[in-house]
Amino acid sequence: MKFQDTNVGTIVDSKVADLGPSITLLGLYLFVLAVMWLLGFIAQRRQMTTIDPALVRAFHRRIGGNLTMCLILALSLLVKQVFLVVFFFLVSFWALREFITMTPTRRADHRTLFWILFLFTPMQYVLVWLDKYELYTVVIPVYASLFVAARVAFTDDPKRFLERIAKIQFGLFVCVYALSHAPALLYLDLVEWTGTTQMPRNDLSQFTPWRGSTVGLLIYLVVLVQVSDLLHFLWDRMVGKQVIAPKINATKTWEGLIGGACCAAIFSMMIHLFLDITPFTWLGAGIMGLIVAIMASSGSMTMSAIKRDRGVQDFGTLVQGHAGVLDRIDSFCFAAPIFFHVTRFFLHSP
Amino acid sequence: MKQITVPALALIAKILSGATVRWVDCQPDVCQRVYFANHTSHLDALVLWSSLPREIRNLTRPVAAKDYWTSGPVRRYMAGVFNALLIDRKDISIRNNPVDAMIREIADKYSLIVFPEGSRNPSGELGEFKSGLYYLGKKRPDLELVPVYIENLNRVMPKGEVLPVPLLSCITIGPPMWLETGENKVQFLERARQAILKLKQT
Repeated sequence: MKFQDTNVGTIVDSKVADLGPSITLLGLYLFVLAVMWLLGFIAQRRQMTTIDPALVRAFHRRIGGNLTMCLILALSLLVKQVFLVVFFFLVSFWALREFITMTPTRRADHRTLFWILFLFTPMQYVLVWLDKYELYTVVIPVYASLFVAARVAFTDDPKRFLERIAKIQFGLFVCVYALSHAPALLYLDLVEWTGTTQMPRNDLSQFTPWRGSTVGLLIYLVVLVQVSDLLHFLWDRMVGKQVIAPKINATKTWEGLIGGACCAAIFSMMIHLFLDITPFTWLGAGIMGLIVAIMASSGSMTMSAIKRDRGVQDFGTLVQGHAGVLDRIDSFCFAAPIFFHVTRFFLHSP
Repeated sequence: MKQITVPALALIAKILSGATVRWVDCQPDVCQRVYFANHTSHLDALVLWSSLPREIRNLTRPVAAKDYWTSGPVRRYMAGVFNALLIDRKDISIRNNPVDAMIREIADKYSLIVFPEGSRNPSGELGEFKSGLYYLGKKRPDLELVPVYIENLNRVMPKGEVLPVPLLSCITIGPPMWLETGENKVQFLERARQAILKLKQT
């Protein structure tokens, strides 16, 4: 949460950093979502004949999910920054719970599942909170993956062994490891490029410590992922013709992917233009928009593939009445780690 | 003390099991009922009991094995909290008959939770039913016999495990049934078993 100001040599707490742009962005976005949610609600009540009611329903459900997530985000932001970490921990825990419920496991996996839910998942978020970069980036892919394989082997049940450990590892990786990179953004020390000419990256004089708030960066990512999801959805329904993989997801089209990604890039540049919320240049913001949009689509495609394989429509309906957290965060899980690492690679304070 | 522990335990059970409760062709009611369910986990009785609305919960007593639930202070305490009806499964005679004990205990007030398979089934398949349910239906034809299907709890806490894995489970409560006239024991028990299996598909 603290970054070293290399010029003056003082430590500036990120609390001091201006939260203004983040609050503006989140507030504006919440307002737009609320308006769209209300419109969807009215459209459903009125039974408009010009629009397909199923489309309205799907749209309304998405908006509702996004609205809930952003409201919780705003609330935790108002209380204390650490609550953002707690919030993502709870989301991870619930998503992993859904993932494992959907995946057939065997009796012998019981204790392995216990440890990944109650040891590795909380540990990952504690490490993020303690800002132990060199630990939270390796604990799950190295220690937990090997642990899962060995622990299942020790149970003396060879049936579908590889399949079982792969499922547990993947669930842990996507629901916990990947998602934990979103709150990890909060603890980055970043620089921004303030040079006048396009100089090589290693020329440090071209960079100055970034004064903005990392909370803003997290909110920027959340908004970007959700908006690119919506854009992809709208492009699919409006102009989409070429379905990418009909057996996996019958609604995702190439037009949606490309159109959505381009619009997301423009959207990202516009945020950069009107709100000084990221440490990126305008070109960087555009590229980040593209990357996030493509990763978000990849995430939902991957989760669709898993759902089709398991023969479920939504993670939410696999046990009736549950809200389906995993459905809401699938795109986020893929976008967050890439966003984190690209940002860190280029702009980490040396 | 009980005012605090009971809701607290019910809440813990709900969080651990993430249980969704579905009432299919059946409404919550304080009338006397026998909820009969498949038995796959220790948590079955606890979760089913805590998923009932509070007024019904207070009038519902799980039937449990006396030898198991009186060994050790924790189990004895738990049995007390749920107002469990403890049944001797070792020493059964005409005079010491579990069905008569149940009927005596519930009088005209309480409902029961029973697991007609008798003990937990490790495979998760629905086993053969013991005959107690038939005799309950025969001696008290006014009792509503309500089938309940408990899903996924065997994965939350399988037999022989102490640590739970809080997966999402589901409890489906189906339409009440009664003993038909002229139906014999085997037919009735099979029909009751099928009623639970049918809930699995809904």
